[in-house]
Amino acid sequence: MSAVEKNTVDISEETQIKPYTMNFGPQHPAAHGVLRLVLEMEGEIVERADPHIGLLHRGTEKLIEHKTYTQALPYFDRLDYVAPMNQEHAFALATEKLLGITVPKRGQYIRVLYCELGRILNHILNITTFALDVGALTPALWGFEEREKGMEFYDRVCGARLHANYFRPGGVARDLPAGLLDDMMDWVEGLPKFLNDIESLLTDNRIFKQRTVDIGTVSTEDALDWGFSGPMLRGSNVAWDLRKSQPYDSYEDFDFDIPVGKTGDCYARYLVRMAEMYESIKIMKQAIEKMPDGDCKTNDYKVCPPPRAEMKSSMEAMIHHFKLYTEGYHVPKGETYTAVEAPKGEFGVFLVSDGTNRPYRCRIRAPGFPHLQALDFMSKGHQLADTVSIIGSLDIVFGEIDR
Amino acid sequence: MDRLARSFLLTEIVKGFALTLKYMFFVPRVTINYPYEKGPLSPRFRGEHALRRYPNGEERCIACKLCEAICPALAITIEAEPREDGSRRTTRYDIDMTKCIYCGLCEEACPVDAIVEGPNFEFSTETREELYYNKDKLLANGDRWEAQIASNLAADAPYR
Repeated sequence: MSAVEKNTVDISEETQIKPYTMNFGPQHPAAHGVLRLVLEMEGEIVERADPHIGLLHRGTEKLIEHKTYTQALPYFDRLDYVAPMNQEHAFALATEKLLGITVPKRGQYIRVLYCELGRILNHILNITTFALDVGALTPALWGFEEREKGMEFYDRVCGARLHANYFRPGGVARDLPAGLLDDMMDWVEGLPKFLNDIESLLTDNRIFKQRTVDIGTVSTEDALDWGFSGPMLRGSNVAWDLRKSQPYDSYEDFDFDIPVGKTGDCYARYLVRMAEMYESIKIMKQAIEKMPDGDCKTNDYKVCPPPRAEMKSSMEAMIHHFKLYTEGYHVPKGETYTAVEAPKGEFGVFLVSDGTNRPYRCRIRAPGFPHLQALDFMSKGHQLADTVSIIGSLDIVFGEIDR
Repeated sequence: MDRLARSFLLTEIVKGFALTLKYMFFVPRVTINYPYEKGPLSPRFRGEHALRRYPNGEERCIACKLCEAICPALAITIEAEPREDGSRRTTRYDIDMTKCIYCGLCEEACPVDAIVEGPNFEFSTETREELYYNKDKLLANGDRWEAQIASNLAADAPYR
């Protein structure tokens, strides 16, 4: 037997070709943050998508165990940093439930107003960057202008464009400044024109449709099985919205509809988000019109600090002030799971209190996490470029997924 | 038939281009020339920290350490002892601006309006060391921004 014959490979035995493995991200502009995807490719076709997460892990849940309830609140701004107040809302509601306090009507309406503003800001960012991912630059340029105007309302009410620290257990930090509601009404009334312009660029556009219709289709069963929520679930023809099914903070006072998509593909999710913005505009208008007078936070000084003028003149108020800003308030023993309809889906906080001034455990349910899990089956059999549009339609933000 | 005609005539594409051209020529520009023009800031804006003084030049801070206690990021360090005249003052007031998360809780906690988050947002530096603020730097900030800080606090006072 010669040396040449020995080295010959029998072709009939090794026909399996290992799929090409490709690394997508973590610094890819279409990865929406620090998503690292390991893709197994068969030519241009994605066989398996394996999301690697944790690059933005900051240990929020553990940090919160070492902070008082007041100090824990700013961490929620930093989860989904696209719509910060909606996250604070979940924590504030959970703490209020354990404390057994109710927020005055005005406080609740302000919260609703700012939650819906957050939803609009989030959907503007998502739709425009989604369009950017599939090749349309103009909506992103226009959208950021409108988003900036919206964030000015954040700035005016709390002093920061993003990291608000505004919704507190017991109400909101400060009342709305004079004139804000009028300016907000002006902005909200001009918003449908802007949305119409974005829609006329995208909704009928054949390039946009070719990139999104029948891409990443999720059936109703799959959507329920994988724990979808928010626009992802509604895009798959399930009319489920926590604001309707278990109204919190006076959502039952408002008249709005739940938009539902029929097909469950990227295009349906885009349409749902677009329609949700119109619903949010409706809610904001009602909230501005019906905004009640009164306190914006509870006047229980064991939970909410007294007004500054009172603190400077009354000894009692001064003691409350010092107590609240050093020790904080003690929350009765108990546990609660409180969820809100954040723009991305069901954002939940599981809060366990052991009766001290710090949470014993604060587990955060981020809506983006189950959505990202589904990326594998959604992108299977699609082209690489379709994975990008699927990620765009998932609306993931790594602040909340990695926590 | 109608759909076919629209599809061949590229109506949605033409409409889109017409809209972008309209925005290009007929909608006023919204960009601002940043270092020379700046966007609006609210009186509640939370920017660079400053330690304020009373109008007679006496520093306000009484070293009650409420800001140190509430700071979620543990960015503030205070040391205090009685001064020669017997009043309690800080001997050290450091803020690590690299840790600070600009939540505004120190300003809310301060019973004498000494520590504030002022309207300045342009304090970037080339080294980290420059962001470890000490008492002198904070008081200097207060002196520099006092007029604006005072007017902002006055504007926001009814809501606090």
